[in-house]
Amino acid sequence: MLVIVCPYCGKRPEIEFSYGGQAHLARPAQPAELDDQAWADFLYMRSNTKGLYAERWRHAHGCGRFFNALRDTTTDHFTATYKSGERQPEPVTPTVNP
Amino acid sequence: MRLRQKFSGLALIRRAFGRHESWQPQWRKPEPKAAYDAVIVGGGGHGLGAAYYLAREHGLTNIAVLEKGWIGGGNTGRNTTIIRSNYLFNESAALYDHSVKLWESLSQTLNYNVMFSARGVMMLAHTVHDTQVFKRHVHANRCNGVDNEWLEPEQAKAFCPPLNTGTDIRYPVLGAALQRRGGTARHDAVAWGYARAADALGVDILENCEVTAIRRDGSGAVEALETSRGLIRARKVGVSAAGHTSVVLAMAGVRLPLESYPLQALVSEPVKPAFPCVVMSNTIHAYISQSDKGELVIGAGTDAYTSYTQRGALHINTHTLDAICELFPNFRRMRMLRNWGGIVDVTPDRSPIIAKTPVPGLYVNCGWGTGGFKATPGAAHVFAWTIARDEPHPINAPFTIERFRDGYLIDEAAAAAVAH
Repeated sequence: MLVIVCPYCGKRPEIEFSYGGQAHLARPAQPAELDDQAWADFLYMRSNTKGLYAERWRHAHGCGRFFNALRDTTTDHFTATYKSGERQPEPVTPTVNP
Repeated sequence: MRLRQKFSGLALIRRAFGRHESWQPQWRKPEPKAAYDAVIVGGGGHGLGAAYYLAREHGLTNIAVLEKGWIGGGNTGRNTTIIRSNYLFNESAALYDHSVKLWESLSQTLNYNVMFSARGVMMLAHTVHDTQVFKRHVHANRCNGVDNEWLEPEQAKAFCPPLNTGTDIRYPVLGAALQRRGGTARHDAVAWGYARAADALGVDILENCEVTAIRRDGSGAVEALETSRGLIRARKVGVSAAGHTSVVLAMAGVRLPLESYPLQALVSEPVKPAFPCVVMSNTIHAYISQSDKGELVIGAGTDAYTSYTQRGALHINTHTLDAICELFPNFRRMRMLRNWGGIVDVTPDRSPIIAKTPVPGLYVNCGWGTGGFKATPGAAHVFAWTIARDEPHPINAPFTIERFRDGYLIDEAAAAAVAH
């Protein structure tokens, strides 16, 4: 089980959290102006990165708030967690090659 | 197919006199050629099967299967071997039942005992919603010629005596859907059988050969693969790389609606035959059967997050064991022997993609999520067709990448009513 650092509550076990998928995907401001491919890209396409990945988590059984995290998907090590709305931090440690 | 050594009871007896020392390796270990007519990336059951059908049914014998590890070492060797075809939608039923029909004669086709055992797959209903959904499945399946029948709790108990049908458990069994043609097979044997048969048809199986780049010509079509064993030219490349499909196709600039998750399984210590069928419970996440070796084979769920680590969290396993212990109290003191994880590529609608890609000469068979093993022969068969003819077989025609753009989802995610 992962230990995840909630930016509001600190270290907590993974079972307190729910996963929110890839981070920093902004909903298009004018959805009606998108063509089908652009809309499908927003809805369904994810980077599925092998390596350092920015993702959302929600502290569902804690403070209830969403936040973002940087995790290496080849090791499951978190390099950072940060509040929603904050900029994605630079990687603290070198990433593993994809 | 010119097998160097045909397997039979007689051959077994004859070689017994020579202390079984005259058996030869079941496939060659060739050096890569500079060029092939077609190359399959991924040496699991799906990839090896596609190579076999390309050679046998489409006459393409100058082909190779590239595997970055050893064949059958990925999800083919990590799954819980459940085979069934009782899917809701017409498109899925056609695809998975095509596969079940091939399973039924696969041992004879390949001259390799894949130990297909149609012992029946029973899916338990625990809520009113489950009951309604499964009855709908039963009716839809019958319309598609797929066997599936509804069992009342006492009938389920008769079919699977270890099942606890008491009403005092947290999620009592309200009934079950039974597919009698479903069952299990020996997963390793599927990879080995396809590898041996493909090799006999002239297919080169190249292990420890990782693709590092995909080269394309001026028109954008596939030209060659850069690999850890040198450059290999090919105008047709079929990718069957399961959890790593996104990584491979990114080399050609193709994006897919896939996310890769760890999926775990575990086995108990081996015991005498104690469990007659396959039982699945989507609602409380229990998947169990007994292998011919005697181990209880138990499937757990996916972890919450995407990952490529081939391992997952213990609480996913204990969650499944909670359900197993309640449904089958006689297994409460069984000791678990091993657990492991594999990486599965999941699509938004939980249906696979077997299709051409926007890159000419590049084909993909992916998105099988948590249930690709059952589809091995059928998917391999239609994937080979797609590669050979540069157009999909009628069975896999709906399973395109473009369905996500065009809105033609095959939404088995909603149909299964389970958080995969």
